[in-house]
Amino acid sequence: MAFFKKIFKIPGVALATLAMALLFAAAACGGSDSDAASATAVPSSGSSAGDTIKVGVLHSLSGTMAISETAVRDATLLAIEEINAAGGVLGKQLVPVVEDGASDWPTFAEKAQKLIQSDKVSVVFGGWTSASRKAMLPVFEGLNGLLFYPVQYEGLETSPNIFYTGATTNQQIVPAVEYLLEQGKTRFFLLGSDYVFPRTSNLIINAQLKAAGLEAVGEEYTPLGHVEYSTVINKITAANPDVVFSTLNGDSNVALFKQLKDAGISASDFPVISVSVAEEEIRGIGAENIVDHLVAWNYYQTTDTPQNEAFVAAYKAKYGNDRVTDDPIEAGYFGVYLWAAAAEKAKSTSVADVKAAAPGIQFNAPGGVVTINGANQHVSKTVRVGKVRSDGQIDEIWSSNGPVEPDPYLETYEWASQFHR
Amino acid sequence: MVSQVAKPMAADPREQIMRFAPAILLAIVLLAAPLVLSDFRTNLLGKILTFGILALSLDLIWGYAGMLSLGHSVFFGLGAYSFAMYLKLEASAGGLPDFMFWSGLKELPFFWVPFQHVWIALPMVVIIPGVLAGAIGYLVFRSRITGVYFALITQAFALIVSILFIGQQPYTGGTNGLTNLTSVFGHSIYNPSTQLALYFISVGVLIAAYLLCVGIVSSPFGRLLVAIRDDENRVRFSGYDPALIKTAVYCVSAALAGIGGALFAPQVGIVSPTMMGIVPSIEVAVWVAVGGRGTLIGAIIGAVIVNYAKTLLSESFPDIWTYFLGALFIGSVLLFPRGIIGLLRREGWRWPDWIKVARGRTATLGSITSGIWGGIK
Amino acid sequence: MTDPAAWGLQVFNGLSMGSIFLLVALGLALSFGLMNIINLAHGEFIMIGAYTTYSIQQAAISFTGGPASGVTFLIAIPVAFLVAATVGFLIERIIIRHLYGRSLDTLLATWGVGLGLQQLARSIFGAPNVQVVSPGWLSGTIKITSTLVLPMKRIFIILLVVVCVGGLFWYLYRSAWGRRTRAVMQNRQMASSLGVATNQVDSLTFAMGSGLAGVAGCALALLGPIGPSMGTFYIVDAFIVVILGGLGQIPGTILAALLIGMLNSLFEFSTTAVIGKVLVFALVILFLQWKPKGLMQMRGR
Repeated sequence: MAFFKKIFKIPGVALATLAMALLFAAAACGGSDSDAASATAVPSSGSSAGDTIKVGVLHSLSGTMAISETAVRDATLLAIEEINAAGGVLGKQLVPVVEDGASDWPTFAEKAQKLIQSDKVSVVFGGWTSASRKAMLPVFEGLNGLLFYPVQYEGLETSPNIFYTGATTNQQIVPAVEYLLEQGKTRFFLLGSDYVFPRTSNLIINAQLKAAGLEAVGEEYTPLGHVEYSTVINKITAANPDVVFSTLNGDSNVALFKQLKDAGISASDFPVISVSVAEEEIRGIGAENIVDHLVAWNYYQTTDTPQNEAFVAAYKAKYGNDRVTDDPIEAGYFGVYLWAAAAEKAKSTSVADVKAAAPGIQFNAPGGVVTINGANQHVSKTVRVGKVRSDGQIDEIWSSNGPVEPDPYLETYEWASQFHR
Repeated sequence: MVSQVAKPMAADPREQIMRFAPAILLAIVLLAAPLVLSDFRTNLLGKILTFGILALSLDLIWGYAGMLSLGHSVFFGLGAYSFAMYLKLEASAGGLPDFMFWSGLKELPFFWVPFQHVWIALPMVVIIPGVLAGAIGYLVFRSRITGVYFALITQAFALIVSILFIGQQPYTGGTNGLTNLTSVFGHSIYNPSTQLALYFISVGVLIAAYLLCVGIVSSPFGRLLVAIRDDENRVRFSGYDPALIKTAVYCVSAALAGIGGALFAPQVGIVSPTMMGIVPSIEVAVWVAVGGRGTLIGAIIGAVIVNYAKTLLSESFPDIWTYFLGALFIGSVLLFPRGIIGLLRREGWRWPDWIKVARGRTATLGSITSGIWGGIK
Repeated sequence: MTDPAAWGLQVFNGLSMGSIFLLVALGLALSFGLMNIINLAHGEFIMIGAYTTYSIQQAAISFTGGPASGVTFLIAIPVAFLVAATVGFLIERIIIRHLYGRSLDTLLATWGVGLGLQQLARSIFGAPNVQVVSPGWLSGTIKITSTLVLPMKRIFIILLVVVCVGGLFWYLYRSAWGRRTRAVMQNRQMASSLGVATNQVDSLTFAMGSGLAGVAGCALALLGPIGPSMGTFYIVDAFIVVILGGLGQIPGTILAALLIGMLNSLFEFSTTAVIGKVLVFALVILFLQWKPKGLMQMRGR
């Protein structure tokens, strides 16, 4: 009988394993798991069947990047809600499918694949770090999906399946350096987190400084998540700069500005100009720690347009009066409108049709008029240098007076020949 | 040389079938899975199976030799990088990889050159992790570093390697890792048939790896491992060199992990230094613990279930899914310390004392199940 | 880089880093060293301390209507200790108590606890970082020479660590519970058979360690980011310190923290932050080849 006793263990194993799997599947059946049915369809045409259109929203909602990305997710959902309230796209309501990239690049690739293949979304709004975009890029190209990427980045990229609604280098870093040179700054200290955006940005800045007959007085990189800046600050003061150009990311900014202030250094000694610190980050840094330092973006909450007034009011009404808006939030917001306008113009939500209709699409965004550039699928937008106020808001102290055409490979700049395609 | 420890295997063929029944069942399920799963889910399962290989390799040293390595995903990552370097060069079609261009490199670094050849890249998948594990293992085990110390040293090792990979952007792709791996041997990795082929290769490799591990643990050498786990000094006094034995099994385990990594790269299309950090390494230990350590098959089941649960939970509850994950870890340690396999063998269910009522319930549950069992009999 | 003042400041920075490592590692050394628990949720207790400081400040602002006064921060330190200790106590009672003797299992369980606590913080306070305003009396600097300027906050943290270490020594060597703790640490069975309630000692020690992490959270709120995953920035360094110091050795932990802080600061100053970190860890690993049990070893069999 021992044999029978054991043989019953086998189905026991199988059943229990299956039961476990079913349990988890059941936990997930709230999700849209319709993939078992259509195993081979290639979702190049995007699904606009029925009376709804699925759109993906893919940001990190957990992990270290959640501090920045959740707010962009909120802005994207706000835009979707507004568009739906106004009748939707092509008469259909948009249904957002939200996924968590979990601050992990392979996870971004996995979720992007899931959104395109399983959910068959027409478009995905998402990503923050360059690493997450680089991870998603081959997925969108390989499966012919469409991504709207809302954050400023290091340029040198044009993917046929990505629309870049954040700034490229000639809409943020290059004009910021030009502005500083005009102000008579000559001793630049370059400080960045150790990853692709700061390293590439600093290559560009170094080339730009060289063209101006200058050389950076120092260049430092710290690991992502580095929070001990006493040594770096010591190195900075030893180099005696008249401006620090910071491409630090995320939490490191909090540590840098708090510890700069502790060391008795304020913006009057030398200003730090940051390209990854916006109103949302200033809340975590503390306005008193970063007051009078500089930032460079395309949009501030204080930007004075009627569209911005309405946008800020709507955002606060939906998410609370203590929330702030900033550049990536704005880019995440108007990206949805740009896509919707392109889809309306194309009378279709298929990737090919939307792309064909997109060049020249304009939208009156909170930060001013933005226009999709057909050649590189970036948008033209206004450049603004700002100074942090003591209440955490930012005053514009310089602007490009009108939109700047995107030039991801810096082909209109002679000194940047090494970056030309 | 170790015949005195070896015991003859159970000769009864039925016994043998019993032993491998869960594994055979799992193999059948995995081979049949593409029939019911969509392309995307199959691809996902293929990725998870490479994690299964990684979990298996950890169970070999943790479950049998008592060495919990908290840096095991480094070997997985090194295997992944080795193969991904070849894939990256293939995707760059003779040109300089994109990240080297924007990092300012003008020509291919010398150590990248051999990876143009697949017959060098493939052996490297095993050799690099194996040799590194050999070097570290020998140093560590010779100093008789064991248990918690070993776990935390390997953790620091994982940190060093991931920081180094992140910091050397021109040579490793930095934080981004190696991305845009678009094709493998000329086939697009987004082509469903390529993905299916990779899936079956993963299943095949997983089965082979499982058989290898079973072979190891049921050999005289495997008995030595268990002896070391249970009392290292006694083994040493018996005339063996535990450092050498542990180093050997650590090498094998690292090489296995490297193979898992090499299969991961083409199925995901990206390798990233975040895969090699501390967090992923701890997660591997969690998979093994959830499945049941020291059972081999449990490691695979744990990896599959935890990762599948992670994916499905995060899809359904993107905002709060980590609650469930945390609860799963705590629950698995508290409620079924012998893992799922222990649960199935009905030997590891341990209610905490504070659930007095539940205790009574287990008794009832036990009598009910045995009643059913009896009824079937 | 030959400026002597810069090197002098760097030595101070090393001392300061060492004090921060020590503050973070003290609680860990207690639970890890004395009870053999690998508490991967230790970083989350730091986070609890920081959020407690933030909450008290918010409460003070809404209560007085004005900006937070310098006193709020002083009140926050003991409160953060109590809050973190209470959470630690509960977690010990509910989960960890069942895992004694299975130290690798505590690793997995506390990892789960850490995940849960991080998500809890995200649910309560939101995902973005929050901000604690430093009290005015901590914002200044002390000028030693014209080029050697020391931040008040870092001096305060060094003093805070001295107080914590002193308190811990007083507790361990002068109080009744401390005597019992040491007894359990030296020989659990013997202590138990002599009538020491070992499970109460365990709970108290774990609560103590968590409370110290809470105090560390208070201090780190002054220097760095305050967010749900802030604990992860400090936890690995803390483990390295405890291992280098030797299990169960508070003096070893102190020595190790200062050594690592100093090496870190000097290496980082002469190379880069990345290389500096790698060098320190590599050195520690090599050192453990030579002395596997750390700087100071427990005497005994």
